[in-house]
Amino acid sequence: MLIIDCEKCIGCGVCEAECAFGAISVQDGCAVVDDNCTLCGSCVESCEVEALLIEEGAVQVQADINDWSGIWVFAESRHGKIAEVSYELLGVGRKLANQRGVQLSAVLLGSGVTESAPTLIAAGADKIYLGDDSTLGQYREDIYGNVLEFLIKKEKPEVILAGATAIGRSFIPMVANNLGAGLTADCTGLAIRAEDGMLLQTRPAFGGNIMATIECPHTRPQMATVRPKVMQPLMPDLERQGEVVSLSIPDRLLESQVKVLENVLEEHNQVNIQEIEVLVAGGRGVESEKGFKLVKELADELGGAVAASRAAVDSGWIPYAHQVGQTGKTVCPKLYIACGISGAIQHAVGMQSAETIVAINRDKNAPIFNIASCGIVGDLFEIMPLLTKKIRENKAL
Amino acid sequence: MNIIVCIKQVPDAKDVRLDPKTNTLAREGVESIMNPFDRHALEEGVRLKETHGGQVTALSMGPPQAESVLREAISCGADQGVLVSDRAFAGADTWATSYTLRKAIEASGEFDLILCGKQAIDGDTAQVGPGLAGQMKLPFVTCVQKIRNLDDGIIQVERMMDDGFDVLELPVPALLTVVKDINDPRVPSLKGKMKAKKATIKILSAADIGAEEQCIGLAGSPTRVVNVFTPAPRGDRKMFTGSLEEQVDQLVDQLRSYL
Repeated sequence: MLIIDCEKCIGCGVCEAECAFGAISVQDGCAVVDDNCTLCGSCVESCEVEALLIEEGAVQVQADINDWSGIWVFAESRHGKIAEVSYELLGVGRKLANQRGVQLSAVLLGSGVTESAPTLIAAGADKIYLGDDSTLGQYREDIYGNVLEFLIKKEKPEVILAGATAIGRSFIPMVANNLGAGLTADCTGLAIRAEDGMLLQTRPAFGGNIMATIECPHTRPQMATVRPKVMQPLMPDLERQGEVVSLSIPDRLLESQVKVLENVLEEHNQVNIQEIEVLVAGGRGVESEKGFKLVKELADELGGAVAASRAAVDSGWIPYAHQVGQTGKTVCPKLYIACGISGAIQHAVGMQSAETIVAINRDKNAPIFNIASCGIVGDLFEIMPLLTKKIRENKAL
Repeated sequence: MNIIVCIKQVPDAKDVRLDPKTNTLAREGVESIMNPFDRHALEEGVRLKETHGGQVTALSMGPPQAESVLREAISCGADQGVLVSDRAFAGADTWATSYTLRKAIEASGEFDLILCGKQAIDGDTAQVGPGLAGQMKLPFVTCVQKIRNLDDGIIQVERMMDDGFDVLELPVPALLTVVKDINDPRVPSLKGKMKAKKATIKILSAADIGAEEQCIGLAGSPTRVVNVFTPAPRGDRKMFTGSLEEQVDQLVDQLRSYL
């Protein structure tokens, strides 16, 4: 509970301004908290007269947190291919492991994945826990969860990282729940606190308008899903040595309640916009399916892919798989060119962490310009063909 | 076919914006709405009820004012609303929320299916659905884009993946989280609105659901927020000048490192 000491409170309103949730107001010279309070603690830190205090009841504390050691990465694979994010996780995992002076291990589950194990060692892993079994060839929440939970209980790693992908975000929360472990979703920053070796996990909240840093003080393992394309993979080092541990998985863990009848690969889904470094996105201003040809041409010229705002998807100009924003995908490419997109918050939350944002819009007051790195105000039907042409010429030089 | 739909009340994203002066979230005029993904879960629940019979219960954990989203759920076809509300729940992370929802469901009787939105638009964690399935030891599938069939205790669904979709079968009782592709939610009927107005929302406290003190709210949360900050603003924005052609030239120059 948030306790407010009215004797100490001077009614200055600093905490009111600090609260991201609008849960504090100053009434009759003293701060008052309402039910929206999430106990995030920002107000406590902001108070200069120490009038605020968060009182915790009996906390669930795990006794043996010092027995947990090592950094683990869940190396996602699908149809025998390792997902890119796995290498990115090994990149950041390597740093964390070095800082902690512990091993970096990868858990690789699938069917026919044995030959991929060395690539994970080259990417930074010291040890691979390999579960190569025909049953694991088809991803299912329950069996992947069973196997990972079993391994974690046995080996007791202090940290587990997984990609914030369709797969990572579906079964990892169940595993964390079953272990009573803390899990932070969709992290964009990970660091070790020097004083106590705690994992600090930073993630965007409110669609990236605020950032929150989260820790798991009393429990292990510390678990996080990490947004693809944020962390840097290491340069593969084929000389690196590592150990591959083939798992003998008890049969009961591989009994699934879920039956996979079919995997349907969709043509337009073959390109996952979350994994692409250059995205050219079209919005309402593109005006038609035909207009998206211009978007596509520019994207092709840049070696990128096409994205879209909800307005364009709802108009049927382009399939949903391309939608960026709150009800679509969250992307963070190196370059994002927004064409004819006004940049409403629902769109912005899905792309504002891109490295460079270029806005092309005829309305100079469009909010997209507020988050853009650079922009041109004008008619996109003139600008885009010209831009495509000039880029082509430039590349030819 | 008894269906529980989990619903969260969230701030409407279109109202959430940064106050350019203070660089904090501007809150004035921010309305609370039903989480958009949950609306699709509710619609799917109501459609299943219409085909297979049974009851739809809308369940929410939140402050007392979250009662309004449950009334809205009733106006859209839910039969009843249950609100789990207690100051003791404050500060709950996804673990403590999953636990609390489980206790509330256990206190509310039999069910065949639990439906949740894929994620809530304020926290964006997508963790409570799978966490609740873990709590309840239920088979589950996330990101369902279509329920193909429900027959003889077996439900057949399409689950959206990053490269297409999977067709899956699982036994009920089960838990599904849904994406917005699954349906177009209806607007409340006049009759529905009347019903919602008259409905009694059942309110359950921590004691009512027999929740253990150390498992709820901040105490029951393995995660702690240690810092909240505003992301560093982007460097100076460059707006090009000159004729359109000159501007495009400058842009190409700017993009050189990406070519």
